[in-house]
Amino acid sequence: MSTYILRRLGQAIPQLFIISIILFMLMQAFGDPVATLGARTPPKPEDKERLRRMLGLDQPAYMQYFTWLIGNDWQKIDIDGDGTPETYGKRKGILRGDWGNSLVTRRPVLEMIGDRLPNTLLLMITAEIIIIILSLTLGLYSALRPYSLFDNLVTSLSFVGYSMPVFWLALMLMYIFAVNFRQWGLPYLPTVGMFDPRVGKTPGQLILHMILPVTTLAIISIAGYSRFVRSSVLEVLSQDYVRTARAKGVRPIYVVLRHALPNAALPFITLIGLDIPFLLAGAVVTERIFAWPGMGRLFIDHTARADFPVLMGILTLISIAVVIFQILTDVIYSFVDPRIRLE
Amino acid sequence: MADTVSTTLPKETLAKLPSSAPLSPLKIGVRRFRRHRMAMFGLILLILLMLYISFGSFASRGYCTPIKQNVTGEAWANCNDTHLKLKPPSSSHIFGTDVIGRDIFARTIYGGQISMLIGISAALMEVILGALIGSLAAYYGGWVDSALMRFTEAMLNIPSLFLLIIGAHFFSGGLPTFHFFGRELTGSVILIILIIGATSWMYLARIVRANVLSLRERDYVSASRALGASDGRIIFLHLLPNTIAPLIVSATLGVANAILSEAYVSFLGLGVQGATATWGNMLDGAYQYLDSAPWLWFFPGTLILLTVLGINFVGDGLRDALDPYSTKHL
Repeated sequence: MSTYILRRLGQAIPQLFIISIILFMLMQAFGDPVATLGARTPPKPEDKERLRRMLGLDQPAYMQYFTWLIGNDWQKIDIDGDGTPETYGKRKGILRGDWGNSLVTRRPVLEMIGDRLPNTLLLMITAEIIIIILSLTLGLYSALRPYSLFDNLVTSLSFVGYSMPVFWLALMLMYIFAVNFRQWGLPYLPTVGMFDPRVGKTPGQLILHMILPVTTLAIISIAGYSRFVRSSVLEVLSQDYVRTARAKGVRPIYVVLRHALPNAALPFITLIGLDIPFLLAGAVVTERIFAWPGMGRLFIDHTARADFPVLMGILTLISIAVVIFQILTDVIYSFVDPRIRLE
Repeated sequence: MADTVSTTLPKETLAKLPSSAPLSPLKIGVRRFRRHRMAMFGLILLILLMLYISFGSFASRGYCTPIKQNVTGEAWANCNDTHLKLKPPSSSHIFGTDVIGRDIFARTIYGGQISMLIGISAALMEVILGALIGSLAAYYGGWVDSALMRFTEAMLNIPSLFLLIIGAHFFSGGLPTFHFFGRELTGSVILIILIIGATSWMYLARIVRANVLSLRERDYVSASRALGASDGRIIFLHLLPNTIAPLIVSATLGVANAILSEAYVSFLGLGVQGATATWGNMLDGAYQYLDSAPWLWFFPGTLILLTVLGINFVGDGLRDALDPYSTKHL
C-alpha cells in the first residue's frame, strides 16, 4: 500500500510541473501589470522601468518561471539598471515555501489566501455535508420506489436543477427569501456578506448569512448526485446477493441499509472525492453574488488587476488539492472495497 | 409440407407479427429517441425556443425616440431611450427595459441568436479538438499518446471556469468587428467561442481515445492498412465514424455547457463586449437591481435555463438511443 501511495505521489509531481507551466504561460498572456498601474499622478516611465526590474518582470518568461519555482536568492540581479548585476535576489521560490508577493497589496500570497480560505472552506464543507446526506436519501428513496410519483418528481426536478445556471438560482432565492419575504412582512434572510455590521460577528449571524449561499451550492450538486445514487442503487438491488438476502428472509430495511447501500455507495465515494476540490472553484460565482469574502472573490478581484502572483497561488493550490484528492480517493476506495488491491 | 405450414397460419396473425425487415442502426436510434418521452419534450422545447429567437425578430419594432424614427430588427434592440430606463414590463415593452432604456424583449431575441451561435460553434470546436486529440493519441500510441494524455490530464486538473476567466480577461479589448448573416458582431464573440472550445475538449478526448484504442485492433482496420490506406484515411474514414455515438452526445451536451459557460463569464463581466446582446451579458450587473428591477435578470436567465434544460433532455435521450448495448425501447 505505501509503495502504491509513493508511486502515485511520484506520478503526481511531474503532473503538477506540467500544470504549473501551462498556468505560467497563461499568466504571461496577461501582459505587463506595470503598464496598467494606476495612481493619482501617472508614474514616470523610468519609475515604471525600475519597478519592473524590482519585480523581476524585465526577465524573459522562462527566467520568471524559475524564479517563481525555485527563487533567485543565489544569483545577483540588476536593480539599478546599469547593466551589472549587484544585488542578491530575495525570492525563495514556491518549492521552498515562498509563494511570492501580491503586486497590488505587496503582501505574501500565502497570507492573502490564508485569510480567505477558511471562509470558502466553511461554505464548501457545510454545503458538501448537506449535499451528501440529501443526495443519498433522495437517491435511495427514489431507487426503492422506481417510476413512482416521487421518483418521477425527483428525476424531473433534478434535470431542472442540473440545467440551472448558478446565478439564476441564487438570484431567485434572494428575490424570494430576502426581497419578497421582507415585503410580505415575514422574517427574511440576509443576502450579502458574512455578518450584519449592526449585530456583530456572532455565530447566529454567520448561520443566517450562510443559508442562501449553501442552499444555492447544494441544490445544483444534489440534482446530479441524487440521479447517480438512484441508478447505482437500482443496479445493486438487481444483483443476486440481494435476492439471496431477501430469500433468506432478511428484513427489507436491513437488506437495503446493510447489503445494498454500502455497495451502491462505492462509486459515489469516487464521484465525491474527485469533485470536492472543484467545489473550491465552483464557488466563484456564488461568492461573487453573495459578496462572500472567500477565495473565489479574491481570484475575481485580482484578475481585474492582473495580479498574477495571487492568481498563480490560487490555481496552484487548487491543482495540488485536485491531485491529492485523486490519490486519496483511490486509497480510500481500496479500504472500503476489499476487492480492489492496489499494487 | 412446407407450404401447408405457412398456409395454416391465419392472415390476421401474420399481419400482427412484427416485420422481419432488419432495422438499420439509424432507424433503431430514431425509434428509441421517439419513445423517450423526456427527449421528445426537450426537442419540442428547443424547437419553440428556436422559433422564438428566429421569428421573434419580426416582432422587434418600435418608435425609437432619440433618433425620432420607427426602427425594426436589431436597431430596435439597440435603441436606448434613457427616459425609459428600468421600466417594468408593460404593453409597449412586454419584458420591460434595461438600465439604459433598451427593450429587453428584443434583446432576448437577438441575444438568443448570439448565445446559440456561441453554443453551437464552441461545441463544434470542442468535438473537433476532442476527436483529433483523442484519436491521434490512441492511434499512434507511444510518446504521442503519453504527451497528449499528460497535457489532457493537466488541463482537466485546472478548473475550467478559472481558465475561462483568465482567457476572457487576457484577450479582452481591441478586437475588430465582423459581419455574419447580415449582423455586425464584435470580435469578442469569436474570442469567447475559441476560449470555451479550448477549455472543454478534455473529457471527449479521453472517451474517443478509449474507443479508438479498442477499435484499432479490429480486423477491418488491419485489412484497410494491408490495402495500403494512409493513417489519415484510417482515422477519419474507419475509426472516427465508429465512435460517432459519443461524439454526437458530447456535441449536444457541449452546446448546453457552452451556453452556460458564456453566461458565467458574462455574468462576471468578462464576456461579449459592446452593444451585441447575449443572454449572458444581459445579466452582467443585473444583480445590482435584484429587488428594484427583477425583470432585468429574470427573462434572460429563464431563457438560458429552458435552453439548457431542453438540450440536456435531448442529450440524455440521444445517449440512450445511440447505446448499441441497450435493448430498451426496441
